[in-house]
Formats: sequence, C-alpha cells, structure tokens
Amino acid sequence: MTDYEAVIGIETHVELMTDSKMFCGCPVIFGEPPNTTTCPVCLGLPGAMPVPNAKAMEGILKIGTALDCEVAEISYFHRKNYFYPDLPKNYQISQYDVPICHDGSIAIDVDGAPTMIGITRVHMEEDTGKSIHMGGGGRIHDAEYSLLDFNRSGVPLVEIVTEPDIRSADQARAYGAELQRIVRTLGVSDARLEEGSMRFDANISIRPVGQEELGIRAEVKNVNSLRSLQRAVAFEIERQIAHVEAGGTVVQETRHWNEESGKTTSMRSKEESEDYRYFQEPDLVPIEVSAQWRDAIVAGLPELPAAQRARYEALGVDNRVAGVLTSTEGIGELFEEAMEAGGDARLIGNWLSGEVVAWTRNENKAVAEAHLEAAHLVELAGLVADSTLSASAAKQVLGGVLAGEGTPTEVAEARDLVQISDSSVIEAEVDAVLAAQPDAVASIAGGDMKPIGFLVGQVMRATGGKADPKQVSDMIRAKTTS
Amino acid sequence: MPVEIDIAKVASLARIALSADELRVYEEQLGAILEHAERVQQLPTEGIPPTSHPVPMTNAFRDDDVTGSLPVADVLAGAPASEDGYFRVPPVLGES
Repeated sequence: MTDYEAVIGIETHVELMTDSKMFCGCPVIFGEPPNTTTCPVCLGLPGAMPVPNAKAMEGILKIGTALDCEVAEISYFHRKNYFYPDLPKNYQISQYDVPICHDGSIAIDVDGAPTMIGITRVHMEEDTGKSIHMGGGGRIHDAEYSLLDFNRSGVPLVEIVTEPDIRSADQARAYGAELQRIVRTLGVSDARLEEGSMRFDANISIRPVGQEELGIRAEVKNVNSLRSLQRAVAFEIERQIAHVEAGGTVVQETRHWNEESGKTTSMRSKEESEDYRYFQEPDLVPIEVSAQWRDAIVAGLPELPAAQRARYEALGVDNRVAGVLTSTEGIGELFEEAMEAGGDARLIGNWLSGEVVAWTRNENKAVAEAHLEAAHLVELAGLVADSTLSASAAKQVLGGVLAGEGTPTEVAEARDLVQISDSSVIEAEVDAVLAAQPDAVASIAGGDMKPIGFLVGQVMRATGGKADPKQVSDMIRAKTTS
Repeated sequence: MPVEIDIAKVASLARIALSADELRVYEEQLGAILEHAERVQQLPTEGIPPTSHPVPMTNAFRDDDVTGSLPVADVLAGAPASEDGYFRVPPVLGES
C-alpha cells in the first residue's frame, strides 16, 4: 500500500473591528436591523466613490508585520469581477498581483515538534453582504427566493494565505489557533469563528510520500470553529486517500463541511474555471508604505503570543499551560497581575489553566465574571507555601473564591479546610488507623510498601482531608518499617 | 496583427446577451482595441515605472470616522422587491 502525505494550505479572512467600514463612513456594528448601516458606497450605487479607511490600513500592517511579512513599498487595489447578489457592485475591491504584505511565517508547535508555516500573502479587501435563502427548507438549490442584507458589505476584510506547508489536521488547527491568538493580541479583530469575524477555507490535497508534484486539491468551506477545522481536514484527507486507493481521482472542487454529519460534500462544481478579470481599481490611488510608517507599526506591536509563552515558560510554567494562558480571554491578564504581585508562577498558572478555565466552561461565563482577583491567587499560593492548605484543599478553596464565597483565607476557614498543624493530632489519627488495619501493617513490615497509600487515604479521610499527606505518609512509614 | 478573442465568452462573463450580428460587430471593435494595445506593448519601456493611475498621488485615505448611513426606506426605494427591510431577489443557483 502507498503511503500518502497531505498537503494543506489555509486561507483566512479576518474582519477588522474599525469604527467605520473600509471605503465609507457607515458604522461597523453587528446585529442591527437589515440594511440600516448602508450607504451609496457599500450598496454599490452608480457614481459613489470609495475612500480607504486609514485605521484599516494600519490594522493590516499590524497583522502583516506580526506575521513577519515583507511590506510592499507600493501596492494597489484591484477589482475582482464576479456576479453574486450579495456583491452589489458586481466586483469586490481587493488586491491582486501586489498585496500590501507578503512572504511571512508563523511558528506552530504540535506535540513539541516546532514547524514554520509560510505566509504567502496578506491583502486588504472588503466583505460582502449576507444572503438568506427562503423556502425549500433553507437549502440554497431549492430556495424560492433570497433576501439580502448589506450591513456587512464593505466591512474591512484581511485575507491571509499560507504556503502549502501544513501536513496534518493537528497542524491545521494549531495554525488556526495561533493566528487567532496573534490577531486578538494585536487588538484589530475579535476573531470570533462562530460569529464569522474570522473564517477559514482549507485547500487540501494528497500525494504519495516522496512525490514532489502537488496533487489535485479540494477547497473545504464552512469551517467555523478550530475543532471543525481539525475535523474537516482530517475527514478530507481520509476521503481523498480512500478515493484514490479505490482507483478514483481527486477532482478540483469546492466542498462544504457539515458539522452534524462530520463530512464534506461536493458543492455544485462550476463548468468553467473562475475568471475574475482583475484590473486596477481606477477609483483608488496606490498605497505607499514608507520605511518610517512600517517602522512605527513594528515599534507599536504588542508582545506577541510566542514571546509571551516563552516568557511564561521561563518563569517555570509548562508549555501546555503557557498555551492556555495566552489564548483564553482574561486569563493572561490575571496571570500577569499575579506575577507582578510576586505569586508562584507554576501553581497559579496551573490553577488558571485548570480550575479557572474549567469554571468558565461549566458556568458558561467569562473570567471577568468570576469573583477572582490576582491578589486572591497570590494569597492562595501563599497558603499552600506555608502549609496552611494542602494542594487539594487549595483547589476546593479556589472553587469557593470563584463562586464568590470570599477571600481564600475566609473560604478556607468557612469550609474548614485549614491543615492540621499540630502533629500530635495527626499522630493520634495515624495510630488509630494503624491499630484498625493490622493486615496492612503486617504487609508493610514484610517488605510490601503498597498498602502505605491505602493507609494514607484512611488517615486523610479520618481528618477530613486536613492533614498534610506527605507528613502522614512519612509518619506511617516510620511507624511500620522500623 | 489580428488578436483572437472569444467574444461569446467575454459577453457571458459580463452577463451581456448579444445577437450573432452584435457578436460580430463587437468582436471587430474589441479586436481593433486589443491590436492597438498590442502595438503599445511593443514600445521600449525598460526603466520606466508602470503608471497605475493618471494622477501622481498615493495614500488618499480617510480617518476612521462614522459619518452615517441612509434611512432604510431610501436604501430600498429603488429595489424592484423588498421584504422586512431586506432586498428580495430571485433564487441563487450555486454558491459563489
């Protein structure tokens, strides 16, 4: 059997969260009644003139430079001509042969295997309107008519295209996640996949391992979460391999990812290849990025997620935890604040990425809605450090703090979780357990150390979890093996 | 030098319905334009930067200010059909 290798490239569209649209002064707001944030420019009325939004140009330059791209000194807007009802001008203003940013890269890390994913280009364009297909059960091919809302028409849109450097579904997901983190860190977009402010299209092909030439690719659309990106790519790789193994050939087509069935299906393929008849947008003058402008953008970039992770790891936080701290809204800020206040990085990092993230999922709330302050984390870490709380009691206390029961000290006292510091009290409990478990004691005396864990458990239960397990274990060992 | 044009394809890409007579007329006219362009392309232009725009200027940007939108009644005033504030159009076959 032939071994196959997947070759994947991803195109990502990111809506920039500017106040106004790309080429007109309509507001960028979502959830407004249909067609209430439109004007002659974004409705494509004859004679309306587009004027590019300076803030959007700054936004794309931030993205491009954060992705380590070259910035074109001069670039141009082009018209991409095609007919579709949600595109009122019958062309989309985009960029073609000279994008504003090109030749960059993103570093990703899957299971400790770092890989560079090349960025071919980052270009500026405008979003389209939205169509709703009515009748026929909402299915596009059976619809009786369509309704159009142009509120989204003309929202600044950045397209980021990778080289075909991605080799697996895991890498595809890691790329998507890292790009999302970068865009959010830059503050240019909320990059919400479920709401469509960030959207992925994946180009997937397979080839026998060792073959240089690329296989025929299928483009998968409608991927609106990182998990769907991973699942859709994995499904499509398997589908193509099975198809080729069965004697078929992959055809170049667009495929639709269906979240419920977990499959991609072919969308009606076009008879002819696309012919967008690009030409330079005569209504817009070239974009010139001086070295000073570019340098100012680079100087203003915030610390990017990769650098942030490296800094956290240097503090003693493990790689996986550092990833969570830099990708969950609100978590990184708490961590930073706790570090400034001198908290223990490893403990606090683990709590934030573990208990706190789990709390936000279970409660379906944002971190900001928890009754958690950086000072609480520092205080809690202090209670563990001075043995007031055991590690497991600390987690229970954290749960109480998140639920709004008070400061860690208050919760520890109210829930009666403070460790017993009086060793004579613990010793009494140990003696009682040993007296009640003569068989276990005999086994240990005979050289079988396994029952120690069991005995520790008994003492912990007897003390309501308030003894220090290490102290208990040492005590049992001393009393049974000497 | 005559330039080959698939005038029917050009018309179909632009969604323009042309009769056989019109196809002939436009093929000839478009052909003349393209022949002229071909002659221009033979000029020695080495070392001359390409002109993208007749006005020698760059970066005509606007500040990111919201200046307002049209009332929805005006937006839909010219539409052949509308429904609940939306434009209503015939069914779309095939996604773009």
